[in-house]
Amino acid sequence: MRADLALIYDWVPQGARVLDLGCGDGTLLAALSSQKQVTGYGLEIDSDGISRCLEKGVDVIEQDLDQGLANIPDDTFDLVIMTQALQVLRRPDLMLDEMLRVAHECIIAFPNFAWWRHRLSLGIKGRMPVSRSLPHAWYDTPNIHLSTFRDFSDLCRMQGHTITDRAVGNGSREGQWRHRRWPNLFGQDAIFRVRR
Amino acid sequence: MPETLSSTSVGLVTPQVARFDTPLMLACGRELPAFELVYETYGTLNETASNAILICHALSGHHHAAGYHHIDDRKPGWWDAHIGPGKSIDTRRFFVIAVNNLGGCHGSTGPSSENPATGRIWGPDFPLMTVTDWVNSQAMLADRLGIARFAAVVGGSLGGMQVLQWAMSLPERVANAVVVAATPRLSAQNIAFNEVARQAIRSDPEFFDGWYTEHQTLPKQGLRLARMVGHITYLSEHSMGARFGRDLRTDSLNYGYDVEFEVESYLRYQGDTFSTRFDANTYLLMTKALDYFDPAGEHDDDLPKALSTATCRFLVVSFTTDWRFAPARSRELVDALLRAGKHVSYANIDSPHGHDAFLLPNERYEAVLGGFMMRIANDVERAAGDNS
Repeated sequence: MRADLALIYDWVPQGARVLDLGCGDGTLLAALSSQKQVTGYGLEIDSDGISRCLEKGVDVIEQDLDQGLANIPDDTFDLVIMTQALQVLRRPDLMLDEMLRVAHECIIAFPNFAWWRHRLSLGIKGRMPVSRSLPHAWYDTPNIHLSTFRDFSDLCRMQGHTITDRAVGNGSREGQWRHRRWPNLFGQDAIFRVRR
Repeated sequence: MPETLSSTSVGLVTPQVARFDTPLMLACGRELPAFELVYETYGTLNETASNAILICHALSGHHHAAGYHHIDDRKPGWWDAHIGPGKSIDTRRFFVIAVNNLGGCHGSTGPSSENPATGRIWGPDFPLMTVTDWVNSQAMLADRLGIARFAAVVGGSLGGMQVLQWAMSLPERVANAVVVAATPRLSAQNIAFNEVARQAIRSDPEFFDGWYTEHQTLPKQGLRLARMVGHITYLSEHSMGARFGRDLRTDSLNYGYDVEFEVESYLRYQGDTFSTRFDANTYLLMTKALDYFDPAGEHDDDLPKALSTATCRFLVVSFTTDWRFAPARSRELVDALLRAGKHVSYANIDSPHGHDAFLLPNERYEAVLGGFMMRIANDVERAAGDNS
């Protein structure tokens, strides 16, 4: 499992009702359901991802996150997870509120634009950063709302939500996830655990 | 047509008949004292009878879902694209049953059968059937074949409604439910189209209030019109445009009412062939079964409540250009299942072919249906392995 997913896996309580936004091939939900008796659904629009979920027995619903979660009643879930999707949404701020409407807690993972290498690329080289966590060129990237570790902390505070845990790391390497001293500078990817 | 049968065909199949002499109570309050169901099977039932799949058919469907009856048949069964060795519903792993519904005109007891009480054919006296009646009769066939629980019940359109009914009324007998291009209830527009079809049949002077057989005639004109209007709703504007456009059959406009446009010719052909091979009373009855289906209506318009008894895993599939049972109708069902806390997956397949897409080959459709069915086959075989 990807290192960021492994960290999130550890944060999910036993038997929780989980909604995974942009669940990909269902790896996380499959592991949570078989080992932690978690129930819930993944939302996905990628057709290959949906097929892989079906083969694994993961309940997956084809739904565009930009259409919101209006079809899901308040407090349907204990926890909403969203990995690597925040930055492609049209309105990440509205989605954050929506996530904390359908569950009292959410876990969000996203690439940190303020990571020192990203800064180096933009600040010194004068070029849009391309990295493992931001693999696209500026002209074909799906990422329309890049943010930093600090930006996201501010958004949570502005919207009146409570950050209960956070971590940064280099998602491609195991064991690198920690609560770094200078997360905004040294974290390539960020994971936040937020409550309403 | 097939000089040699391909390795992905179930090959030559022979319909079978099951006769039931126990009366079947119907939703309309009447009962069928005895009846016959004609069905086909593909593949082999495993030792624990845990690999059975039931295929439910749509409005004009029947029991011949896959393979060929004769080596010189022009076309295979209606769902041959998805049933066969190596196909989405893999007959190397599953035992597949396809049954002609009661009230049908392809061998099961229906309006063209003899009414034992009168010695005449049933004709319009044949009771109106509901989706629930069909499910109950299919369950009797399952008992006869020794199947306590289906690995999956699968169907498109009206067939999808039967799948839903199975899941709600006989939950212990359904492990998985596949509902394709269906709706939890017909819209006013759907009912309106059905009513036009019914009026076309009933106003045909050859209809004789449904006693056309006794008058040794057929309401061909009415059935032809009914099929033409129905067929329009099965295709999309795009697929009709792409296939026919404004192409003419003639070199130029002839300023008359004979066939001029290709689409007219196509519709007339569809109507003509249907009008001689389908029974008018069956068509009327099937459209009524569609109109009546409304599980939420029986539960204060609360669809999640109606679905609350279901315990199976659901796969719901819709097609982007289907305007007969649009993707939004499938979404209603998915949302209700989600609200009811049921296992549900949903895919909206990109296809230009409208409602008819559920019958046709389509790469993504096959990946979705095939992926879901593969997981079921794995579960079934794992459980069978554990038992032995």
